[in-house]
Amino acid sequence: MNSKLVRWALSAFVLFGALMLAGALSLCVGSVGIPLKRLLCLPFEGRGSVEYSILFDVRLPRLLLGIGVGGALAISGVVLQGMFRNPLVEPYTLGISGGAGLGVSLNVALRMYRDVGTVSIPLSGFLGAMGTVLLVYILGTRRGRMGLQRLLLTGVMISFICSSAIMLIMAVSKAEDLHGIIFWMMGSLEEPHGWLIKLVLVTSLCGLLTSYVFAIDLNALSLGEEEAAHLGVKVERAKRALFILASLLTGFSVSAAGIIGFVGLVVPHFVRMFVGGDHRILLPASYLAGSTFLVLCDTLARTIIAPLELPIGVITGIVGGSLFVYALSKRKYEF
Amino acid sequence: MSSEVLKVDDLTCGYGDRPVLKGLSFSVEDGELLGVIGPNGSGKTTLVRALTKILEPMDGRILLEGRDIKEMDLSELARRIAVVSQNPEGGSWMTVEEFVLLGRVPHRRKFQLLETKHDEEVAERAMALTGTLGLKGRLLKELSGGERQLVSIAKALCQEPKLLLLDEPTAHLDIAHQVRVLDLIKKLNRDDGLTAITVLHDLNLAGEYCDRLLLLKDGKLCRTGLPEEVLDPRVIEDAYGVKVVVGRNPASSKPYVFPIPNAK
Repeated sequence: MNSKLVRWALSAFVLFGALMLAGALSLCVGSVGIPLKRLLCLPFEGRGSVEYSILFDVRLPRLLLGIGVGGALAISGVVLQGMFRNPLVEPYTLGISGGAGLGVSLNVALRMYRDVGTVSIPLSGFLGAMGTVLLVYILGTRRGRMGLQRLLLTGVMISFICSSAIMLIMAVSKAEDLHGIIFWMMGSLEEPHGWLIKLVLVTSLCGLLTSYVFAIDLNALSLGEEEAAHLGVKVERAKRALFILASLLTGFSVSAAGIIGFVGLVVPHFVRMFVGGDHRILLPASYLAGSTFLVLCDTLARTIIAPLELPIGVITGIVGGSLFVYALSKRKYEF
Repeated sequence: MSSEVLKVDDLTCGYGDRPVLKGLSFSVEDGELLGVIGPNGSGKTTLVRALTKILEPMDGRILLEGRDIKEMDLSELARRIAVVSQNPEGGSWMTVEEFVLLGRVPHRRKFQLLETKHDEEVAERAMALTGTLGLKGRLLKELSGGERQLVSIAKALCQEPKLLLLDEPTAHLDIAHQVRVLDLIKKLNRDDGLTAITVLHDLNLAGEYCDRLLLLKDGKLCRTGLPEEVLDPRVIEDAYGVKVVVGRNPASSKPYVFPIPNAK
């Protein structure tokens, strides 16, 4: 039996188990505790009990969104770090979060959501994200070639422009709108639209499958674009596809859950540290680890000072950052 | 009729609209070891890039075993031409074995997840040939410059190419590794019949190892022929603008170029 395959299967299995445990935990704990035994019986009891509606109307959607968003951000980070061969790149580097934030801020400040409905919030976020990505793509492409440094710099600049514009909007908007904007920007897995949750989950799973098609290309790309081309990789096509993929994944995540930072930066590094840099295992492992991480962070965020809820970004940053720095000091790590 | 592996026909190629190679023509016979020499900026690396379709010709054709490479897709080309680059970088997370196995990428079938038994055998053989089997489990970034060059050659061999292209394989190597790398290339050429083109800066190494030399100057063919014919004081002075004396290597009686310093 191929030892590499065994090792990979084992890592995937362990991570899947971790996700299952984290999922069960997130369903059990909260303002109303549901014991594990009860959790297993509830689906068969049918509607009626308070616990049933807490489980299926509140906690399960949150769990599913956490899995979708965590996984999407993590693989988007893997893809971008791999393609740019830069350990500091993350899904928000290219201006996606800035654009989405700008879209939402404009929406809230102009109170468009009052006429169009709350669905316009994720929609404006998505449009803002896609608008900036398109701009970055056009500015970063010359003669049909994506210059990666150029793309990166353009993305960072557009990000800054967007954040300045957001600050401007916040400076001139009313206090109640301000609250709405800040709340959205801090990110949360609370999402009232069930279809959006399903959409994000399906997109992120499709994204994982699509990215997997490029796993070998990403491996070859880690030797540099020219070397990859020498190995027969269609470099421009791969870069374009991966860029679009990462943008869509991040765009959907951000519009549903706001700007949850750190997952896309730290999870890929963390996973690389344990399973290695081969994208054939790195991609699925990061998906699972990203989901697990976000689900756990969300569980912490809503239990730590219950009944109040901490912004999930606070937890991802503090917990994720400290864990990573600790691991980095203990292990040998090569990007 | 002798078999031509490669034929470059009136090739003009460069960056933007500035041509670096201007109407270059030459051909390479099956089993030949051709050395490409020339001053900095004469188009040696551009030639490598044109042969691997990184750069598109502005004019002219490149025929590989009689077929225009324009009609081949990159992976088909990578099954025929393997490149050992000048400054290998990146991939520091990989082990030598993983790196060498990347040479099998152009041979992969669609939706193939793992390397096949055959891939592993080819990689094993390539590492054995280059004397790098002992490095198999080491991380790429732990290797010395010389070892890195040897595993790069192993990766190229793993592609099972018809033609091996080397872009200054001895740059930044000590004298022992220079000899080791070129001995290896010579051996692969002589024993396994591998056709190879190598760009070299060191005229003496080029003269020592290559069957034939191709001297480039300003993107044009300056002189091609046996090392004795190309490493001629007048030819060298014309191409490089420096005065030289050509003697013989006492051990191999191949031409040896001694520069004459201008400063008193």
